[in-house]
Amino acid sequence: MDKKSSKNKTSIKALSGGYAMAEALRQIHPDVMAVYPITPQTTIIETYAKFKADGLVETEIIQVESEHSAMSATIGACSAGARAVTASSSQGLLHMAETLPVVSGLGLPIVMCVSSRALSAPLNIHGEHGDVMAIRDFGWVQIFGEQAQDAYDNTIIALRLAEMAGVPVMPIMDGFHTSHTTERVEVLGDEIIQSFVGQFKPENALLDQKNPITIGTLALQNTYFDFKIDQEKAFLKVKTLYKKICAEYGKISGRKHSLFEEYKTKDADFVIVMMGATAGTAKDAVDVLRAKGKKVGLLKINLFRPFPYKEVGSALAHTKSIAVLDRAMAFGSFPPLYQDIVTSMQSAGSRKHDVASYIYGIGGRDTMQSHIISVFKDLEEGEVSNKIKYLT
Amino acid sequence: MKLNKNTFEIIFFARGGQGAKTASELIAHSAVREGKFVKAFPFFGPERSGAPTKMFLRVSDRPIRTQEPVTDPDVVLVLDETVMDSQDVARNLDKHEVLIVNSANSKEEIRKRAPHFEGSIHCIDGNAISTEIIGKPNPNMVLIGHLIKVTEIVALESAGEIFREVFTEKIGKELTEKNIRAMIAGYDSL
Repeated sequence: MDKKSSKNKTSIKALSGGYAMAEALRQIHPDVMAVYPITPQTTIIETYAKFKADGLVETEIIQVESEHSAMSATIGACSAGARAVTASSSQGLLHMAETLPVVSGLGLPIVMCVSSRALSAPLNIHGEHGDVMAIRDFGWVQIFGEQAQDAYDNTIIALRLAEMAGVPVMPIMDGFHTSHTTERVEVLGDEIIQSFVGQFKPENALLDQKNPITIGTLALQNTYFDFKIDQEKAFLKVKTLYKKICAEYGKISGRKHSLFEEYKTKDADFVIVMMGATAGTAKDAVDVLRAKGKKVGLLKINLFRPFPYKEVGSALAHTKSIAVLDRAMAFGSFPPLYQDIVTSMQSAGSRKHDVASYIYGIGGRDTMQSHIISVFKDLEEGEVSNKIKYLT
Repeated sequence: MKLNKNTFEIIFFARGGQGAKTASELIAHSAVREGKFVKAFPFFGPERSGAPTKMFLRVSDRPIRTQEPVTDPDVVLVLDETVMDSQDVARNLDKHEVLIVNSANSKEEIRKRAPHFEGSIHCIDGNAISTEIIGKPNPNMVLIGHLIKVTEIVALESAGEIFREVFTEKIGKELTEKNIRAMIAGYDSL
């Protein structure tokens, strides 16, 4: 609806998360966007295609025959020296899976906007984190967000981070709960964003004929391992850069982004840790219980990969017990965020800390305030089970 | 029934393709224009033309954080009364709250189909009003007008302004103005 942006002023609009990400991409104005526009795609690419049709962007949109090709074309464009982006979700993201470690292995600064959703079978494309969890250790930075405003902000932060760190970045929003919900979003001026992200100056580019390079070389037993250790070292530097970029972005936007958000955790005995859209419901639940004098809080992870173990561990060290709420199944294993929090508590030197595991919202199942309150009740009553509980 | 509580919650019932999404988003955009906070989202079911659909709308003077579906609405708006055959549209509506139905039937007829509901029922014949003004049965704007009258969550002028900005280019000036007149007629119909 009312969606026109200003050049150098902030406009307040009602946008869905999907539209907000497309709007951020429009302001970034990448050279290339390769897309496969079939369900379960997101509204991001159809919105962006409309921007192109309306003459608002000059981006080369390449329509390909599959998600695998979408990422392959993005890799080609980025290697050539172009600022290249794409978007994906659910099955499509997994169809891309083969190409994702290629991007991170090559250190290509590609941004892929993701609306996270369920995986078949049975057929379901509703919100949860199953898709992005499946590829969490592929060397892509993963940034989670709660509301449409985060979807917008994180896309801009992601672009800057990718190009500064030389790593691919995935800003993630919860499918439907964020991607299809219309909310109030503050959109910064086009010129402000363009100046924030700057011009893309690739370190190496295949089309730079004066400086010929090889991309995607063979590395055998004697070098591959070392490549991968170097890749990990480079990846760990992301955390510091992310904090720096968030601080800079804070200056132009007035909004605070950080490794994680601590909501009333400072004096809390019982804390829930989670990521994404449902954190909003949990904050309301915290307020309800705080009004009754309960010392409860919420820690919402924003930067999920690389994971801020030490920082999370010290932020939670004072608590009596913790519940970790994962929005993904992990068959035969404890779910991913739970494992990361247990590791965080160990790395903070907390030898024995009660951490309970809950799984919620699978396949778009509604998570109500009462679910969150029941988790806090468990913690308060010392019900810290060593089994996974399901908030059905 | 003014916006005097923290968050005002509305459910729209319709069938796929009847424009409940456009209706709820018009209110959402108007509210944001007025400096308010909103969350407008559909019940995320399979999208089929003609299937019953639900849209949720929250409007508040403060940021809205919850992602829960609306389960205890302040007002319910039914764009297609036939959904009342399969859906309990008045669920959790209490006697101080309002059920607005697009219908040529009488209040008494509609009340028979929501027997446990004790609040007020507003029957607005949006099809007839829109046919007269717009020239086709397109009840959305009539019902939005009435919803604004009942709830006062946004000003009628804001909704008209947003509609004009968005639709003039799409459907032309004449049809845009007719739609706005239909909204005003809905506002005045009580």
